Amino acid sequence: MSMALEVSGLTVRLGGREVLRDVGFALAPGAFCGLIGANGSGKTTLLRTILGFETAAAGRVTRDGAVGYVPQKLELAPDMPVRARDLVALGLDGQRFGFSFPSARRRRVVAEMLEAVDLLGFADQRVGELSGGQLQRVLIAHALVSKPKLLLLDEPLANLDLRAAAEIVALLKRVAGQGVSVLISAHDMNPLLGAMHQLVYLANGRAASGRTEQVVRTEVLSELYGYHIDVIRVHGRILVVAGDGHVHAHDHEHVATIP
Amino acid sequence: MFEGFWTSQVVWNALLIGGAAAVLSGCIGVFTVLRGQSFAGHALADVSSAGGALSLLLGINPMLGFFGLGLLGALGLSGRRQGDGDLAAGILLGAGLGLTALLLHFAISLRNSTGAAAVVMFGSLFSAPPGAGALALGSALAGVVLLGVIHRPLLLSSLDAGLAAVRGVNIRLVAGVFLVLLALAVTLSAMAVGAILSTALLIGPAAAALRLTRRPGLACALAAGLGVFCAWGGVALAYASYGFTPGRVWPVSFFIVALVFCTYAAASLRRA
Ligand SMILES: Nc1ncnc2c1ncn2[C@@H]1O[C@H](COP(=O)(O)OP(=O)(O)OP(=O)(O)O)[C@@H](O)[C@H]1O
Ligand SMILES: [Mg+2]
Repeated sequence: MSMALEVSGLTVRLGGREVLRDVGFALAPGAFCGLIGANGSGKTTLLRTILGFETAAAGRVTRDGAVGYVPQKLELAPDMPVRARDLVALGLDGQRFGFSFPSARRRRVVAEMLEAVDLLGFADQRVGELSGGQLQRVLIAHALVSKPKLLLLDEPLANLDLRAAAEIVALLKRVAGQGVSVLISAHDMNPLLGAMHQLVYLANGRAASGRTEQVVRTEVLSELYGYHIDVIRVHGRILVVAGDGHVHAHDHEHVATIP
Repeated sequence: MFEGFWTSQVVWNALLIGGAAAVLSGCIGVFTVLRGQSFAGHALADVSSAGGALSLLLGINPMLGFFGLGLLGALGLSGRRQGDGDLAAGILLGAGLGLTALLLHFAISLRNSTGAAAVVMFGSLFSAPPGAGALALGSALAGVVLLGVIHRPLLLSSLDAGLAAVRGVNIRLVAGVFLVLLALAVTLSAMAVGAILSTALLIGPAAAALRLTRRPGLACALAAGLGVFCAWGGVALAYASYGFTPGRVWPVSFFIVALVFCTYAAASLRRA
């Protein structure tokens, strides 16, 4: 079976610093993969390199088919005269030159896509006035409407409450179930645990990848960080804690702040 | 008050130039506001004023001068990253106005054109050369067509450069073409209301339209319509002002910009 995405030996330098070193992993069609790492660990850089926005110093990225992308931040003025349905339509033919004329087929495809992300009721709202969760859905619809085989999302859960995050994850799980490979970055893996088949864990510019229980283990993460890390499982949640005698807050972010 | 209005060649010329400037500036203005490039638009207008002064000095068609320098300015701004766009625009604005000061000095002293400064800075709708109207109309139509051709990639890259790049949009190309269109729009507006006031015609109707509609295409049409209303209303009021202070016509640019201001104020009372 050919892979939807293959990354091997990827090294990326930005501003003279090595941000990623020898990163490798592969996504099968329909895979749901988490890209987990603390702030500054290189998640955005990895996604941008996969998209071809950054050039790698070494290594290869092989993609099979079209790719959809949901960026980390989108600054939208509330006045912007773009409705949710316009943004989704731009995912269909936003790259095309020439005049566009209203078409019933185009309108239907866009409406179906909005329906699929459960946002048909907001089709005529300005994108600048949508809530964080609604905007993420519109962006996902924008990315999916052209039927890509690979969907990259950069921290789509970052500003969402637990319920909105769970809804987005459920939506993405359905998308993966339809054969689209999903690569989603997050600094906290817990909201993804129920959906994720595999993960790529980034720390210190290096990556460990595999199934969650293979990667999120004391030995693997200690090796990645270069000092002792404890992995604690409670009530189906995973806590990654720096083993320096202090118990830190239950979040991966805090691991990276320890020298 | 309006006798002779419809039969005056000068009035028709003014209506054509004002209308052409308003239509193109309205459409381009919507994207200028969206892209946060209002300041770049103003800087291009100031650079183009140096071209206006040059055309007075050399005795060539003012449109050629305004657009020529505006285009040079657009070239200077293109390729800048979004972040340092304001900085580049500010530097361009200073350089443009400095050059204008020098060229106006020569135009006034060597060519004895005493009104040169007012013409370049505050417009000269009623003293535009015959034929300028047709030229303005033709270039405005060409500009609107070109905008129509690039509108989807332009809208997408104005929303987010990453989204556009993923879909294969050549962002630099689209941004460059847009700057050329912006230069053309401010050129026409500079001929109509002067370089200093051209920003009013570029930003005002567009900002008003953005409050009145949520649709991108409709916003452009509405901005163009509001702009034409202001331009033609301004021409009519200036014509009528001959009766306010007998024998003297008030500056048409004043009336146009005043109408733009009132339009925006009225539009900001409501929101679609
Ligand atoms: N253009 C750049 N030039 C130099 N260094 C950069 C550049 N962009 C990012 N970096 C550095 O690369 C590292 C990784 O950044 P990146 O944005 O990929 O992290 P991230 O995992 O996405 O973080 P976050 O969770 O905060 O979004 C950081 O240390 C950052 O300072
Ligand atoms: Mg990031």
